Amino acid sequence: MDLSIVSFVQIIVSVLLVIALMVANAVVMVYIERKMAGFIQRRPGPYEVGPYGTIQAVCDSMKLLAKQVFVPGNVDWLLYFLAPVTAFLPVLLLYLPIPFGPYLTAMNVDDGILLILAFAGLGVVSNLLAGWASNNKYGVLGAARAVSQSVAYEIPMIMALLSVVFLTGSLNLTEIVDSQGSWPWQWNIFAQPFAFFIYLVSLIGETNRAPFDLPEAESELTAGFHTEYSGMGFALFFLSEYANMLLVSFVCATFFLGGWKGPFLDGFWWTFIKAYAIMVFMVWIRWTFPRVRFDQLLNINWKWLLPLSILNLWLTAAILKILSKIY
Amino acid sequence: MNASNFINPFSIREDEGSFAGDFYTRNFERQARKDSIILNLGPQHPSTHGVLRVLVELDGEYVLRAEPVLGYLHRMHDKMGEVKTPYQYLPNMGRVDYLHPIAWNWAFVGAVERLASIEPPKRAEYLRIISCELNRISSHLLWWGAFVLDLGGVTPILYAFEEREMINDILQIITGSRLTMSYFRFGGVCADCDSRFIKLTKDFIPYLRERLKIYKALVTDNIILRRRLEGVGPMDTDICLRYGATGPVLRASGLSSDTRRNIPYSLYDNFEFAIPAGPSNDCFGRYLIRLFEIETSLQIIEQAIESLPDGPILIDKAPKANYKLPAGESYFAVEGARGQIGVHLVSDGGKNPYRVKLRSPGFSNLSLFAEAAKGTLLADAIAILGSLDLVIPEVDR
Repeated sequence: MDLSIVSFVQIIVSVLLVIALMVANAVVMVYIERKMAGFIQRRPGPYEVGPYGTIQAVCDSMKLLAKQVFVPGNVDWLLYFLAPVTAFLPVLLLYLPIPFGPYLTAMNVDDGILLILAFAGLGVVSNLLAGWASNNKYGVLGAARAVSQSVAYEIPMIMALLSVVFLTGSLNLTEIVDSQGSWPWQWNIFAQPFAFFIYLVSLIGETNRAPFDLPEAESELTAGFHTEYSGMGFALFFLSEYANMLLVSFVCATFFLGGWKGPFLDGFWWTFIKAYAIMVFMVWIRWTFPRVRFDQLLNINWKWLLPLSILNLWLTAAILKILSKIY
Repeated sequence: MNASNFINPFSIREDEGSFAGDFYTRNFERQARKDSIILNLGPQHPSTHGVLRVLVELDGEYVLRAEPVLGYLHRMHDKMGEVKTPYQYLPNMGRVDYLHPIAWNWAFVGAVERLASIEPPKRAEYLRIISCELNRISSHLLWWGAFVLDLGGVTPILYAFEEREMINDILQIITGSRLTMSYFRFGGVCADCDSRFIKLTKDFIPYLRERLKIYKALVTDNIILRRRLEGVGPMDTDICLRYGATGPVLRASGLSSDTRRNIPYSLYDNFEFAIPAGPSNDCFGRYLIRLFEIETSLQIIEQAIESLPDGPILIDKAPKANYKLPAGESYFAVEGARGQIGVHLVSDGGKNPYRVKLRSPGFSNLSLFAEAAKGTLLADAIAILGSLDLVIPEVDR
């Protein structure tokens, strides 16, 4: 890529758009989540502020912005303030290779998924920093949980994505979408149902959502690694959590559900519809199930998901090899 | 002050003789291993349901030792009994255990009646049974929701509150209040029930049975919940008896023991109901026992409301505010939602009782926790704490 003025402007514009998308997504998701939680729990959810409570999330974020930046005693100042920023910054980069539409990609790089997986791994560093720097025992326990959970769930996630890469023969997200057709039976979910299932489970583990929300398990660790954060620090963690959710949903839509391709009319709307359907699924799961225990969480991963994903990868490779010999 | 002598109370000091923490923490730290974490669960913690404080020594996530620290909600109910007349003291009973206030009403009123040899009318006895069992259901429903909340399931408590709300509406008709009820009087109850109460209660019984089926499908049969509860925190009968645990905790351990059957009071002998003994003595057994007890209470209410006799609800010469207890001693025990509630009353014939001793089941049940939590994971310890069904105002009194 040449560093001409055009590409520079392009990157600035796309980063700004990604920030706008992240903030808008957080506002929309807070509303969807609270409204859905309300319907699941047989109550109306937010409905006072604005029509059907739509402005509620805006008001909440205003409140978080206006809150005092409270720093508890004996924290590690540098790390304490660095942690929310490290949670937020990598997510900015992660959206760049996502193909929202046929021509709607910020950076069409050949190793797109590699970039995403590399920077998604940074997210756990912020959890670790936050838990350690806040000088709180709940924080340390939460951070320790976050690290072992993140390490555990990234591996089957990569294995699941890798089996799709085997099919396509490319790490480029646009090419992966191009290899799929418009109709649901032409999507990778039918070619790789196990990989889809493994990815779906590990994306909940990866984004620390219930029933795998152990780093912040509120009934055990009060709030886990972000116990000592309030106001803007908490808001950044919150924002990056929702941004991460959206990102893994986009990756899921791109890899397994045909990306921007859909019945009748291809376009970026299909990417968004699919990604938000997965988000709604995650919200549904969260408000229905109790939390698993930590050893059970690791057992699910190391004893079930990982062997299953390795087996799936091996089968994919074997079948591809056989097919290539035949044709 | 000399700067070198100044000790920052917020700093974490690992050496002995530290000034961090209060008496309990320092005492607890004395026996701690060098490489363990001492964690203060509570008094403000989402899972300690009020202001219970538990000191736990952790090795990673494993609980090495646990010690409950009590007294954050101590309101001197025992002492208040000595400085008030029985009539003035009666409303206190609804405050001891705000989830099953009617059982505490009953325990105190029963003790006074036993001392003064008062026999309440039959209709009053029936109303007492109906209200007490309705209240037991509402207490168990709240426990059910809060327990699943401890396990991370946020939704069931809102379902449970819907039925609890209906019970509150029903009880409000006769008791006049929704939380700290003071319905009983010496020699009867304070208000009669009307046709609306009977109709609502009759409608409620089949409704709750339908709902319990939904709860079974949604929560009890959930694989995550089962894996979290089965085999966690076993308490055998021996240890339950040694610590004086009663109620569902004792019954889950396999001993079919219920005050309503063991020391029959009121007209409970006239009713058909099973005293379940648990299938297992773990958290899941205690969970099932409580859900089964809702069904038992429904059976009792069904029988009582069918055969509700006519007649007065209060004896003619009921004790008034200036009533003086005869000299003597009495003990009255009832079965509360959490176990055996006992009131020991000693009177020297004066205006106020000489001594009132309240036996709260939660206190005895909580003493099992330290033993059961040893060697479990932190999340299991929270589950065990929840399965004991603690109400802190009642533990601390």
